[in-house]
Amino acid sequence: MSSNQQHTAVEVSGLVKRYGSTVAVDGLDLVVDRGSVLALLGPNGAGKTTTVEVCEGFLRPDAGTVRVLGLDPLAQGSALRPRIGVMPQGGGAYPGVRAEEMLRLVAACAANPIDPGWLLDTLGLTSAGRTPYKRLSGGQQQRLSLACALVGRPELVFLDEPTAGMDPQARRLVWDLVTALRADGVSVLLTTHLMDEAEALADQVVIVDRGQVVAAGTPAELTAGDSDHQQLRFRARTGLDVRLLRDALPEGCAVREITPGGYLVEGRIDPQVVSTVTAWCAQHGVLAEEMHVAKRSLEDVFLELTGRELR
Amino acid sequence: MNSQVQGERVAQAARFQRGTFRPAPGRGALGRMLLAHARTEARLTLRNGEQVLLTLLIPAALLVGLSLLRVLPMPEPRVASVTARIFALAVMSSAFTGQAIALGFDRRYGVLKRLAATALPRWLLVAGRLVAAVLVVVVQLVVLGAIALALGWQPTLVGLAWTVPLVLLGTLAFGALGVLVGGALKAELVLALANVLWFVLLMVGGIALAPGTLPGWATDLVAWLPSGALVNGLQAALAEAAAPGWQPVVALLAWTAVGALVASRTTRLT
Ligand SMILES: Nc1ncnc2c1ncn2[C@@H]1O[C@H](COP(=O)(O)OP(=O)(O)O)[C@@H](O)[C@H]1O
Ligand SMILES: [Mg+2]
Repeated sequence: MSSNQQHTAVEVSGLVKRYGSTVAVDGLDLVVDRGSVLALLGPNGAGKTTTVEVCEGFLRPDAGTVRVLGLDPLAQGSALRPRIGVMPQGGGAYPGVRAEEMLRLVAACAANPIDPGWLLDTLGLTSAGRTPYKRLSGGQQQRLSLACALVGRPELVFLDEPTAGMDPQARRLVWDLVTALRADGVSVLLTTHLMDEAEALADQVVIVDRGQVVAAGTPAELTAGDSDHQQLRFRARTGLDVRLLRDALPEGCAVREITPGGYLVEGRIDPQVVSTVTAWCAQHGVLAEEMHVAKRSLEDVFLELTGRELR
Repeated sequence: MNSQVQGERVAQAARFQRGTFRPAPGRGALGRMLLAHARTEARLTLRNGEQVLLTLLIPAALLVGLSLLRVLPMPEPRVASVTARIFALAVMSSAFTGQAIALGFDRRYGVLKRLAATALPRWLLVAGRLVAAVLVVVVQLVVLGAIALALGWQPTLVGLAWTVPLVLLGTLAFGALGVLVGGALKAELVLALANVLWFVLLMVGGIALAPGTLPGWATDLVAWLPSGALVNGLQAALAEAAAPGWQPVVALLAWTAVGALVASRTTRLT
């Protein structure tokens, strides 16, 4: 393990956390490599916040081991905390504190803080700098919380639903920030229930449901899925004889007209299959439009694994 | 799609100069952290209307009222006796009641968790609040002292010299008890309990009624309460220009120790 620690920012294994009879986290494993972004993706109540709070040293696990930057977050919390940045899910400021005052307080706790003025400006909070926290909008509160997580130049940041309650521009900004953090070698563990967010930002995605990991991998791995169950979709005139098309295709491919004029080929979709479909259409004087190989979304993955909607 | 995402990543990252977020973690200097925390807490207290009512307006009104209207028996010089009591009330109001309520709600709003997630050591979370309480008490006593002077109070140097350590001790004792109550219970319970205790100590804890006017056993008991001890000490210093004796000092030290010890075990971040 010691040699791994240099390459591992967070290592969680067999984590269990119960609240009374509720099992919030049920044997969860995950590894965040240094300098990478891991997204913990799952519906509300999946155990994301609980997992993150155990990593931050706020909760004592009932079972399992947690190492953050090689340290035990509970026993070695005072050595760990100066090295991490934390954006909790909601809250985290005095109701009456001004945005700038709060950020300057958190900045004073760090040895080499980022200039708070610059950070406020970057996050579009300069004009709200003198506004009391309770009168900031939800999105502004979130941005202030993000600023507090970043101001100490941490090695590792925990972002719990960083874009919740944000408008699209602010969300974009957060995405850009996470990308810049990664480029500068900061490790990021973020939680989200948004598939596109996980897909766009994460090197690794861990999908959790009811406290358990249901799938893990890179976004590409998760969405590539089983290569024998890929899909090719196209539009053409209604009523094509799909049996003829199927006969032209390799063994194992199925063809259906799923909506009037909307066709779906399922099976192992390789370049040969695509050119066969095109050629067959040309042969029958059919113009095939909007042809594409459909990738599964993370939502499809989740639905297949759990039989439940992600949101 | 993946290479498209990667390409976009590069374009997005260009919004920030490379190295902007290069890690350089570390804990700030302790003195700087303590000062920043205490200053923020003190400012928030002095900016909060309800807190100002509790810590300044009510004591000021009582100071004027009790000095001018002879509704309660007080040793002479009357204005000095009233000032001693009002100083004790002011300390109790801010270091105990105000502190407990603020802490209860700060926990509710995740402030303690936020600060505990920084490099701020846990002991500094409490120390910052206590230093802030001392700063607020200084402001209170300057204002109330000025009003008392206008009412004819004639302090002595000896009395003032004793007042400083007594007020400091009182602030620590009440502050520790405030952290104890505010750090352990639900915010609504803290609000109720801190106000009830404030009222009870004001009425029968030696502030409104001088300990000497109560039955003998009650006088002895009240002298050991933090309120009674502080009043007795300040009464000696401010009205009699005398040393406070050992009892108030011991009582306040004991409350500080007990409060801090229990609070260090029961205080929760949320
Ligand atoms: N303090 C708590 N007391 C009791 N149950 C809790 C507490 N915190 C979380 N839970 C429960 O644990 C489960 C996981 O919650 P959480 O980690 O907040 O999930 P997520 O962040 O994925 O929405 C949920 O069923 C939630 O109701
Ligand atoms: Mg959550």
